[in-house]
Amino acid sequence: MNVQSPPGKLKARDFATDQEVRWCPGCGDYAILKAVQNTLAELEADPKNTVFVSGIGCAARFPYYMETYGFHTIHGRSPAVATGVKLSNPKLDVWVVGGDGDMLSIGGNHTMHAIRRNIDVQLLLFNNQIYGLTKGQYSPTSKIGTRSPSTPMGSIDNPVSAAQFALGVGGTFISRSTDILVKHLSSVLKRAHGHRGTSFVEIFQNCIVYNDGVFKHFTEKSVQDEMQIHVEHGQPLLFGKDKSKGLVLNMEEMRLEAVTLGEDGITEADIAVHDETNRSLATMLAQMDPPIMPVALGVLYCESAPTYDSSVHAQIEHARKDGEGDLTKLLHGGQTWTVE
Amino acid sequence: MSEVAAIDRPNENRQEIESAVVRFAGDSGDGMQLTGSHFTMTAAIEGNDLSTFPDFPAEIRAPAGTTFGVSAFQINFGARKIMTSGDQLDVLVVMNPAALITNLADVKPGGIVIADSGAFTDRNLTKAGYTESPLENDSLEGYRLVKIDMSRLTVEAVKEFGLSNKEGLRSKNMWALGLIYWMYGRKRQASVDWLKTKFAKMPEIANANIAALNAGHAFGETAEMPAELGTFEVERAQIEPGVYRTITGAESVSFGLLAGSQLAGLNISFCSYPITPASALLHHLARMKNFGVVTFQAEDEIAAATAALGASYAGSLGITSSSGPGIALKMEAIGLAIGTELPMVIVNSQRAGPSTGLPTKTEQSDLYQAVFGRNADAPMPVISVSTPSDGYDVAIEAIRIATKYMTPVMVLTDGYITNASEPWLIPNPSTYERFDVEFRTDPENFHPFLRDDKTLARPWVKPGTPELMHRIGGIERSYDTGHISYDPDNHQKMTDVRAAKINGIADDIPEQEVEAGAAGGKLAVVGWGSTYGPINRAVNNMRDDGYDVSQIHLRYIWPLPRNLEELLKTYDQVLVAEMNTGQLRTLLRAEYLVPAEGLNKVNGKPFLIGELEDAIRIRLEK
Repeated sequence: MNVQSPPGKLKARDFATDQEVRWCPGCGDYAILKAVQNTLAELEADPKNTVFVSGIGCAARFPYYMETYGFHTIHGRSPAVATGVKLSNPKLDVWVVGGDGDMLSIGGNHTMHAIRRNIDVQLLLFNNQIYGLTKGQYSPTSKIGTRSPSTPMGSIDNPVSAAQFALGVGGTFISRSTDILVKHLSSVLKRAHGHRGTSFVEIFQNCIVYNDGVFKHFTEKSVQDEMQIHVEHGQPLLFGKDKSKGLVLNMEEMRLEAVTLGEDGITEADIAVHDETNRSLATMLAQMDPPIMPVALGVLYCESAPTYDSSVHAQIEHARKDGEGDLTKLLHGGQTWTVE
Repeated sequence: MSEVAAIDRPNENRQEIESAVVRFAGDSGDGMQLTGSHFTMTAAIEGNDLSTFPDFPAEIRAPAGTTFGVSAFQINFGARKIMTSGDQLDVLVVMNPAALITNLADVKPGGIVIADSGAFTDRNLTKAGYTESPLENDSLEGYRLVKIDMSRLTVEAVKEFGLSNKEGLRSKNMWALGLIYWMYGRKRQASVDWLKTKFAKMPEIANANIAALNAGHAFGETAEMPAELGTFEVERAQIEPGVYRTITGAESVSFGLLAGSQLAGLNISFCSYPITPASALLHHLARMKNFGVVTFQAEDEIAAATAALGASYAGSLGITSSSGPGIALKMEAIGLAIGTELPMVIVNSQRAGPSTGLPTKTEQSDLYQAVFGRNADAPMPVISVSTPSDGYDVAIEAIRIATKYMTPVMVLTDGYITNASEPWLIPNPSTYERFDVEFRTDPENFHPFLRDDKTLARPWVKPGTPELMHRIGGIERSYDTGHISYDPDNHQKMTDVRAAKINGIADDIPEQEVEAGAAGGKLAVVGWGSTYGPINRAVNNMRDDGYDVSQIHLRYIWPLPRNLEELLKTYDQVLVAEMNTGQLRTLLRAEYLVPAEGLNKVNGKPFLIGELEDAIRIRLEK
């Protein structure tokens, strides 16, 4: 075992275990692992109070590579396992890691309920739009027409939008980043960690073997500026090279439109300002799809709300305010009688 | 007017009887469960031993007057030890025709049938399937039929309280209770007190119910009923001295889980999903927040099981509960608990199946599921509850085994035990031996799967403990480090040690005793779970008649007690009586090659004593 006692500040490598990382060479998961380890070091997280919980899938191997507490569970159930961990000990800092099949297909129900309850965990969804570990079948986030071993003529069902799903079930923190935007991802992870409640982070992650390049239409360097908008609370929604483009809110049609500054008399004053407490705006941002609109990355939505785990324990404290329960008294509750 | 209007005077001419079986049956809305529980409470207070069996419809609000909306409550009370809720009814009280047609077959020949004639309207008769009123033809000739227009008499009794006809009729269950109280010379005070407390904020409702209760009682006294009905006296039973209460199986298991967690020094995280008949456990534990009990109504059965396991991983006692179909959904999570060797308790309130089956009817058909029902070789201890009060000790034992051996443990109870009640000599919690859990905190030579030499249990580490960070999971673990291992020899070794750990529990549980009769002889009747009562009564009755028969009743289903094979082989015949098609019988045959035979039934109802006596007689007279 790689036992570490924290003498002062930990480095990213102190959060790595001695286990050989077994993702395919070039997998996007490596970059995410690095970003998470960096982030924990920067946050000065305490490894002994940190728990990684995962389900099944490539992404779900994550806990084995983190020098913290870790629980690799069963397919789709990691949000429910993490709920139990937090109910038992709300002080633990819990990260839930899984892929799109794990969290939106077999575990979609648990993901929904963890988010709507606002359990205080970071929920990292590695979305590569494919089943990797089972060798390449299409997933619930795959685009229509995805050819895979199970859909040789192309998939025919509508994909789910992870961020819209999380917004729709009442999520209090909805964010997005990609595996290759190392700095951006770290800043999003830090925000997620700071949020009390379910912090939903969708990370677009490239599967080099079964779905290589599926996100390149907005992640490749040549198109990045035009096809990504990095949203920040209180800042105008600008994007493009030299921030020459922006989003305006078409009030008549209740939708966002991409515009170019200087064209048709558009000035920066016309550009919508990001308000991460506005769920409608967040929903519109989550809906945007290239090539007509850029992909919105960053913290789309964030609101402060009570967490389920703290409310559960608040009720317990309330019930105890007149003293701890007495088992003998409980057993003698109701009608009793004495036999001489 | 005093609250207890008629005087509770002892009737000199009461016929003394040893025990009686009374069933109240009516529409779901007639309050039969409440009536039955009042009669139970009063019988207990007056010193009888007793056993009850509530029988309610699967529908929440079935259309009034229909046969599938009939709700019934049966009580067997006596001056002797009462082992079951009774084979046949001495008295059946029916509040409508549907209740009569669905319950009449259980009345013994010559038994008393008391019917609310006011509810035998053409409409109600048609709904129940009668073409003419059974109260007016000779179809009830073999019974002592008492027709009383309870509906009208109740409305009259409560009219001074200004209630509507409909509201007034709601008290007719209390009228019927008053009449039965009079029949058995019972005091009304406990019911009066209860009504006053229950309806403290609605005094007119309380008063109307009390008036109806008194009116029913007075009717018995003044309406020259004795000739028709007879009045009876059931003396106090010989019962061990102490303080008693009535307890249902759901209550005893919930109390036992709390007591067991305290003995282990753990907090409970009880994670469940509503399902009949298991939900009562969640309801009871949800009210124990002042003990620090966390209850979680999960989004589904799987989440309930996995959240419980997550809680155990974090250092609480994770408990989940369900009934057969829900348990099936939990099995993958239970497999993970077996693989990661974390403690967990799973309470299975069995019901008739397969699939949805008969949700409100009892069965013992999850033994296979409990012992064998997982993918791969996944052994797990299984223990069973035998009577409504037994759940207390069984739940404590489940927690002891789970925490000592780092394993999930399944507790098998059933729909009958869950809802049935009996008097319980309230135990003193401080007389139970503690089994405090020692979490591992020492980093010296720590590996998450290094085992205790004796128990073969691995250490339990709470996340949050310095220097013991480690990873566990569902992929096969290396024998001691717990790291992922795909090594075939390691898998063999791990499979063997998991089995050895569970088998070893046999050395830590009591040897099997003979419940009634002696070791060795012509016939042993073997049972488990809720068949305890009827088997015990039947075996004792037959022994009194000179038959060489003994009772062996198992608490431990897996692993089996270490002396069981030897014990079974001391009998010429072994008869396994269970409410399934032969699951324990198969297990005993497979384990011991004993020629066990089965006595099996699955009609949703507990064994009758008579059925068991017949089976014993046939085997000993052939």
